[in-house]
Amino acid sequence: MSESANSSPQPLDQAPEAAGKSSFNFAKFWDDFGMTLLFVVLFAACALSINNFLSWANMKGLGQAVFVTGMVSCGMVFCLACGDLDLSVGAVVACAGVITAWLMREAATSWGMDQTSSMIVGMLGGVLTGVFFGTINGLCIAVLKNNALIVTLAVMWMARGTGYIMCDNGKPIGIANDLFLDFGYSSIGPIPTPIVLTAICFVVFGIILHQTSFGRNTLAMGGNEEAARLAGVNVTRTKILIFTMTGAIAAFAGVVLTAKLTSGQPMNGMGLELNAISACVLGGVSLKGGIGRMPTVLAGVLILGTVDNAMNLMNIDSFHQHVVRGAILLLAINLDQYKQKLRFSST
Amino acid sequence: MAEAKQPYLEFRNIGKRFAGVTALRDISFGCAEGEIHALMGENGAGKSTLLKILAGNYEPTTGELYIAGEPKKFLSSVDALEAGVAIIYQELHLLTEASIAENIYLGQLPRHAGFIDWHTLYRNTRTQLKNLELDIDPKTQLKYLPIGQRQMIEIAKALTRNAKIIAFDEPTSSLSAREIKRLFEVIKELKAAGKVIIYVSHRMEEIFQIADKITVFKDGQFVRTFEDVASVTQNDLVKAMVGRNVGDVYGYFPRPIAQPRLEVQGLLAPGVKKPADLTARAGEIVGLFGLVGAGRTELLKGIFGGTRPTRGTVRIDGEVMEIKSPIDSIAHGLVFCPEDRKAEGIISIHSVRDNLNISARRNTLRLGTFIDHEWEKTNARKGIKDLNIKTPTDLQLLLNLSGGNQQKVILARWLSEDIKVILLDEPTRGIDVGAKKEIYNVIYSIAAEGKAVVVVSSDLPEILGISDRIVVMRDGAIVGELTHDEATEEKALSLAMVNTEAKVA
Repeated sequence: MSESANSSPQPLDQAPEAAGKSSFNFAKFWDDFGMTLLFVVLFAACALSINNFLSWANMKGLGQAVFVTGMVSCGMVFCLACGDLDLSVGAVVACAGVITAWLMREAATSWGMDQTSSMIVGMLGGVLTGVFFGTINGLCIAVLKNNALIVTLAVMWMARGTGYIMCDNGKPIGIANDLFLDFGYSSIGPIPTPIVLTAICFVVFGIILHQTSFGRNTLAMGGNEEAARLAGVNVTRTKILIFTMTGAIAAFAGVVLTAKLTSGQPMNGMGLELNAISACVLGGVSLKGGIGRMPTVLAGVLILGTVDNAMNLMNIDSFHQHVVRGAILLLAINLDQYKQKLRFSST
Repeated sequence: MAEAKQPYLEFRNIGKRFAGVTALRDISFGCAEGEIHALMGENGAGKSTLLKILAGNYEPTTGELYIAGEPKKFLSSVDALEAGVAIIYQELHLLTEASIAENIYLGQLPRHAGFIDWHTLYRNTRTQLKNLELDIDPKTQLKYLPIGQRQMIEIAKALTRNAKIIAFDEPTSSLSAREIKRLFEVIKELKAAGKVIIYVSHRMEEIFQIADKITVFKDGQFVRTFEDVASVTQNDLVKAMVGRNVGDVYGYFPRPIAQPRLEVQGLLAPGVKKPADLTARAGEIVGLFGLVGAGRTELLKGIFGGTRPTRGTVRIDGEVMEIKSPIDSIAHGLVFCPEDRKAEGIISIHSVRDNLNISARRNTLRLGTFIDHEWEKTNARKGIKDLNIKTPTDLQLLLNLSGGNQQKVILARWLSEDIKVILLDEPTRGIDVGAKKEIYNVIYSIAAEGKAVVVVSSDLPEILGISDRIVVMRDGAIVGELTHDEATEEKALSLAMVNTEAKVA
């Protein structure tokens, strides 16, 4: 999976002619490849020092462990790049999973649908849950000009609550649909489907961010919203779309997770929003907006996943893992700050 | 009226340079105790710079400040405060959520055993307010006071700090007639108490009403001090403020002017107080002049749809345009370069290429969505070449470019479009002379292509030098119009400053 960091679309400012002209520029090199390099070093260190790390089973485990964070980060990049953030994604993952499970159960038992149709209804309903919550986020932030932190916090509670309400007494809703269960366990070639889907997400969202006017406008808004507005960018529409998209991809992650876990669980995705933000920051996305690249975000996701995986293999308990994760985040933002200093002082 | 007193505050050969630009040159004059000394001059004459030096915000490049005969060097505003200098700015520097008492004693709250002594605080504040004849509860939060009373609080704050020199910067700009009357009473009391008062204003009537002496600045230089206000006319003042000898840096040439392209009728928008009519024709450069706060920027933004106009119509090539947002205006070929480049014009952390293509790319997208990188590169490089933008590559970040080159990027952004009308708000502000000339040439060539240009500038010689027609605004309304040939600095400035009944001959 590490190769996809390089196969993702090339960012605009990395066009070859600039690299050819200037002599070696450390700031630029670090900017473009720093996090990828860090991941490669980390990965190599783990492979050399930890037994079983490189085994196929562990690699699959690593992929399975990060796929939800990965997908959610794809949306989060856009929220951060436009200068906002979305705290509701973790709750949306859970709520979409529960809705999917609930719809599949109802479709099969109460509405008499066959397996295929009930699966489609369930998955579609799950994703639409995310579209719904994401649109609420977008409308409040873009049209009513509410603060993104508060809006998405409110929607987080609403989504979390809705998840619990839908499964009676907060108990998970089991999946009985064999087609859907097969989907969760399936592989494409040797690679589990959720991991393939995550890779596709990174490619698609990378294309959206770097190759479309929507993506460029997102970054422009994060760089200077008023300037973007006066230059004719439809700020309101772009922002609504960003949050709708983020909700949708979070919900899709929730649906896939439900297939893997064989039940819709209302307590899923606790703290996931913060994991995704950490991965993005680690991946060089500026919290002030305007700067963000998909390939480095993938590196950020993989770094977090690899550290967790290594700590599991080394039998470090989860309490200590939390401390390490916090330390990594602190380190990452300071690296980033140092990088910004280099970037903006070197002409 | 005043016999020659020893000046308490003296400026001696004060000069100030900013990166290549001289803001003040060799300023010398003095202000005595119990004297109200007015400072006048056009926008950018150097009044604000001098006040900032007095306030300790800027260090003078040359010269010295004498207070009570002693040379003073202010390294910060705290130094100035300690030397008894207080500046009452146009935008008040008060905490609106805090109480009157806390505002007045901010930074020197009375304490008792480490805790704030509220009893003493409120008692002292009550005394202060009484001195200013204000009957308000010291516990009232600032936000509940009208602007005029807030200004009184600022004055009270200055007095508790034993300020001896009190400077007012455009203090009446947002006050009602009654509030102004009360302010003048207070200023006269301060004068009677022997304070040194500096009074900066554009409003002639006020100056004549209150000032003892008037010092006029022009282009950062001292022109003269009128010692006896009674014998000075508005005409004398305007004459002193204008009239300089610079060679023709503008290179104006008349162009054929054809049909109207922009027609604005009865437009009301935030900051535009009277319905504004404005026409700009093909090939024409219309200059919009007025003093700071006259509503020029607001009028341009209203036309462009940057703010929502409340009334009026805008026609482009005779066709009525619904102004809802910049998106509509740009689609109709009406574009706008904002005054504050950094805050509203550029995206400084993005490249020249991205800044230049942000708008025009919408017509080049493949499948309506995907960026055509080849086009983006070609267009950016064409803009860089056409406007002579100094940048190593089109991928350079805008924050690494000089102000003039940033402005050219914004111009290139709009020249990548099929525009009909361009609105330029202070296109040469903060730009060095060489780049200014290049920008004038760009403006001329835009007009020569049969487009209509509206330029706002606070630089009076500039706007007279480049415009075919000058429209003057004052207090949110259009008050007059001058052709290129009949326009002089005196006429334009009189229109911008003086009431129409007191027109200068």
